[in-house]
Amino acid sequence: MLSAQNLAVDAVRRPEALASLDLAGWDRLLRQARNANLLGRICVLLEGRDLLRIVPAPARHHLESARTVARRHASAVRWEVRCIQQALSDVGIPIILLKGAAYLMAELPPAAGRLFSDIDILVPKDRLGAVEANLMLHGWSAKHHGPYDQRYYRTWMHELPPMRHATRLSVIDVHHAILPETARLRPDPELLRASARPLEGGNLMVLAPADMVLHGSVHLFHDGEFNSALRDLVDLDLLLRDFAASSGFWEELLERATLLQLTRPLFYALRYTRRILGTPVPEQTLRDANVGRPPPGLLQLMDTLLMRGLRSRHAMCDDWLTRPSLCLLYVRAHWMRMPPFLLARHLLHKALANEDEK
Amino acid sequence: MKVSDLAPRELRQRLIGPGVFLRIASFVTHVRSPIRSVAQGLGLLYADYPLVDDEGYADFHVRVAPPPSIRRWIQRQVVFFIDGTSPFKPLPFDQASAMFEWGLNYCVSSQCHQYLVIHAAVVERQGRAMILPAPPGSGKSTLCAGLVSRGWRLLSDELTLLRLQDGLIEPFPRPVSLKNESIAIIGHFAPQAVIGPVTRDTSKGAVAHLKPPTDSVARAREAAQPAWVVFPRYRPGDPLQLSPVSKASAFMRVAENAFNYSVLGPKGFNALAQLMDLTECFELNYSQLEEATAVLTALPPSAPC
Repeated sequence: MLSAQNLAVDAVRRPEALASLDLAGWDRLLRQARNANLLGRICVLLEGRDLLRIVPAPARHHLESARTVARRHASAVRWEVRCIQQALSDVGIPIILLKGAAYLMAELPPAAGRLFSDIDILVPKDRLGAVEANLMLHGWSAKHHGPYDQRYYRTWMHELPPMRHATRLSVIDVHHAILPETARLRPDPELLRASARPLEGGNLMVLAPADMVLHGSVHLFHDGEFNSALRDLVDLDLLLRDFAASSGFWEELLERATLLQLTRPLFYALRYTRRILGTPVPEQTLRDANVGRPPPGLLQLMDTLLMRGLRSRHAMCDDWLTRPSLCLLYVRAHWMRMPPFLLARHLLHKALANEDEK
Repeated sequence: MKVSDLAPRELRQRLIGPGVFLRIASFVTHVRSPIRSVAQGLGLLYADYPLVDDEGYADFHVRVAPPPSIRRWIQRQVVFFIDGTSPFKPLPFDQASAMFEWGLNYCVSSQCHQYLVIHAAVVERQGRAMILPAPPGSGKSTLCAGLVSRGWRLLSDELTLLRLQDGLIEPFPRPVSLKNESIAIIGHFAPQAVIGPVTRDTSKGAVAHLKPPTDSVARAREAAQPAWVVFPRYRPGDPLQLSPVSKASAFMRVAENAFNYSVLGPKGFNALAQLMDLTECFELNYSQLEEATAVLTALPPSAPC
């Protein structure tokens, strides 16, 4: 049975079940999938199973259009990565690609049909100055010019203020860690860099498979924005299914989680990919991942919040608890990012600055 | 059932409530709006369009409404929502009806990549389509309205949809947007034309919409073979001049006017190259609408149909 409220998830889990959809069902699916940034991915899934022909023509046009846009994004990202590579060739450091750009350049399954926004890279903290200077020489400059934003990023965050290219308008996020300086958890970026894998050709690298999953988990469960959360969960599901084929992956995943202090986000990643997308995870791994299990009360709360946060951001997927859940998840993310005093100051500034803009 | 089958009151009630499912050529648009001028605009300009409320499917779910914030009480504004998201900044309240037109254009140009979407008017006569691409201010819409008033079928005033699969032009007939002096010019040129209320002080000046001919709406599913590309340029006092344009230059000028040329990559290039193979390309300088429509109507058929 397909559930009207969660059609986008059903489409990812069991594309063949879509054969039973009527035109009104396709209407709901397209809307949920578009708002979850999953339209192109679902097109690729259907295409891979030779199911596009069962899709009614009007809906098929939307799916194929989304795939067209995704392909354009992918070729733009490939070009952009080349430009970044060139701009940073003098710095003499490997450039570690993160998230979308990494999936694409390493030819991993989540890249197919995916939309890309910013390009994220990880570089050593002590080379940030050189990286920033070289990017500026090649046409990138800070998007946020306000002194507060500049200080916010440079003092407290794990990345430079996002930089936008003057003519191509592409945005690059230069990270030196995967969590803010002020966060409760501080996975050592040196460990991530030491295990990174080179890509063919030049100074490009991606995180090791286990680290890539952990970074995806941190990003999803420690960030306050849940606009693309379902898409990010689908990315994790595809990574896990792909990496599961190589021997020793699951053991490696737990070892790295322990070493990097990321057992909690890993626990959530395995719990919700399994629950929502049916990701196969070995029993032993599930038992071992319990080291990251939160206390029962907290887990119950997180279930309530995340089972709503990890849906398509379409009003038809919401219930009366969705808005308060998203609100709590936002506060929670900030709570984990900064100590209370700093948080209060930051939120106050944001609130006042927003009023100014209005 | 057509929009004109609904009494104005009933149309307004539906737009406030569940909305109407409007069939415009191959697209279905689900429209909701609590705003009176939107209901009036739809009732007048879309009278001949079919309603398909029973299928439960729409390509676009749009709503034209005041912004949700408290600002609605301070300064009356209107927002265009596509299924809950608003890609544009709010506009002054009295531009609501025009905003529906602009917003719907955006839906197609940003989401429908089964076509090369060209910013151009397109009209058809005896099975042959004439594409009129041009930047704003070149008199494209005026010329389009003029041709449509002289027997050409309106395929579209703003968006030429060149189908990638077979190179035909798919109609998307909608109200023709007339700006500034054009409103009076068309009023004189075609006294029988139905023109909606004038909205003043938009970013394009004064804007009014011409109701598309009933026949063009009825034949909205009939695709047409492209035969001519004409780049119009209106300049007061200019003598009429129709001169050929090289295909290479026409290619580039159409590409510049295509919304999704770069999104489509090689498919867009090939579609445009094929279009150039099939069409004759001209530049038209004009100042008198009657002369311009006559010279275009007298063009001998070029491409075989």
